[in-house]
Amino acid sequence: MSSAGNNPLPRAGHTLPRASSALPWALVTPALGWTLLFFVLPFIAMGFSSLTAHEGGGFTLSNYSQFFTNPSYWQAMVNSLEVTAIVTVVSVLLAYPFAWILAEQVPERWQRLALMLAVLPFWTSYVVRSYSWLLVLAQNGVVNRALTGSGLISEPVHLANTRFATITGFVHFFVMLLTLTIFANLKQLSPSYRKAAADLGAGPVRTFLHVVLPLTLPGIMVGAFLTFVLCIGDYITPQILGGNNELLMPQLVMMQIGRRGDFPLASALSIILMAVVTIAYLACARWLKIERA
Amino acid sequence: MRRIVRIASWLYALAVYGFIFLPVIVLVLFSLQATSFPIPPFTGPSLRWYDAVLSDPRLTSALVNSLLVASISSLAAVTLGFLSAWGFARFVLPGSGLLRGLITLPLTVSYLIIGMGLLVLFNWAGVPKSLLAAGIGHVVINLPLCFAIIYSQMGDHQINIERAARDLGAPEWKVLLLITVPVMAPAIFAGFFLSMTFSWDEFVISFLLTRFDTTLPVEIWNLLRSGLNPKTNAVGSLVFAVSIVLVVFFELTLLRRKPA
Repeated sequence: MSSAGNNPLPRAGHTLPRASSALPWALVTPALGWTLLFFVLPFIAMGFSSLTAHEGGGFTLSNYSQFFTNPSYWQAMVNSLEVTAIVTVVSVLLAYPFAWILAEQVPERWQRLALMLAVLPFWTSYVVRSYSWLLVLAQNGVVNRALTGSGLISEPVHLANTRFATITGFVHFFVMLLTLTIFANLKQLSPSYRKAAADLGAGPVRTFLHVVLPLTLPGIMVGAFLTFVLCIGDYITPQILGGNNELLMPQLVMMQIGRRGDFPLASALSIILMAVVTIAYLACARWLKIERA
Repeated sequence: MRRIVRIASWLYALAVYGFIFLPVIVLVLFSLQATSFPIPPFTGPSLRWYDAVLSDPRLTSALVNSLLVASISSLAAVTLGFLSAWGFARFVLPGSGLLRGLITLPLTVSYLIIGMGLLVLFNWAGVPKSLLAAGIGHVVINLPLCFAIIYSQMGDHQINIERAARDLGAPEWKVLLLITVPVMAPAIFAGFFLSMTFSWDEFVISFLLTRFDTTLPVEIWNLLRSGLNPKTNAVGSLVFAVSIVLVVFFELTLLRRKPA
């Protein structure tokens, strides 16, 4: 049927059969077609929609100009960037020592279990995870009870429906994710690097600062980028934990659909959000490539 | 010095474990609450809220919907992903790098934007909101994942076995079904499993693309409107239990079989 099998090939993998029949196209077309129809086409539709007015009529840039002129829209982007930046930095700072302890201080045979435990809550549904934090941080929830009970404070603190709550919910999720990626990174590090540094007279602190940290930096960058992308696009965590006191971009997008059915404006805001992520990607591309090699 | 590092490490690790487990413990503990508020003091244990969940037809039908959407969309994603991975790994296609990039492109876009795009497209094309529409969205997010996993696992070793089968006269479909699929089974299973968990947990696409019949995460979201409620704790704990069973099963069957 195909001439592929008859080609004399010197070494496997180096010369692949030529696409001489229809078979290879029959294999890849369904996946390509699906992506074109349900990913590329929707994106084009969204692009067109963003250039029309909600009230109808011809092409307009008003949806985009609204973003730049309406301070509350602009503010949502600023909030999103601030929250995402704080979440990324705090998560990395919390997760790195934790991953280091798991990789260096925990005995080898317990490491698998220790890591599995550390990411177990990762598998709770993410709507439920945010709700759980709401329980913890509520006015008469566990944290407030513990604080008032121990006499540290006399009145319950307002923790839920604040930026603090949103950040806590996000950090909880990303500490687990980053622990996984940084742990993998630390384990890949050959012990001979550390031995060499020790042989050359470096103490543990110097070895860490000059050998281990720089070598794991690419992995941290990949994890930080992943955190940025997932965090800035998430609607659930800020909606459940932050409430409507201050809006983040995904909440602003959903609000246009939910309350007003304004698809054009929602499309424009989505595209702006995506543009910001793309810029972040381009800024990080230098470090992200290292992993692909 | 070494001792101080060790003690500090233990304390730090305990604190992080505490932070990671705090919400889960509170969730599960207060799902056993006997009274109507999932806040201290603890009044249980009682299973009344689990009873309430299992006798709520909206939640149980949402659970069935979620399982249906997750299994069917994952099956579609893994089939499309496997066929295309095989095509790209085995044959030289013009523009292969670009086309592979196109298939994996949705991985870089947030679910919210994928859902928004489909909502605008379906709205414009007159496709009604339904579980099918949400399932289509789930294939969009899981297909690149399945493709990437399976494509990365197709090595020279498998090519040689396939070539042997062809040389012995097997037609292409027999090579596919009797050689490639069994050899690639771990990667195919991993793709399917990951797709299942992502689809099972996915909220925003289902929220945008379904209306009356919906999936479990959206139904849980609807429950949240009534404020803090031990019933939400109970359904959340059940969902968590299902995920844990899946993860442990995955660990034991797939990862342990690998020769160390």
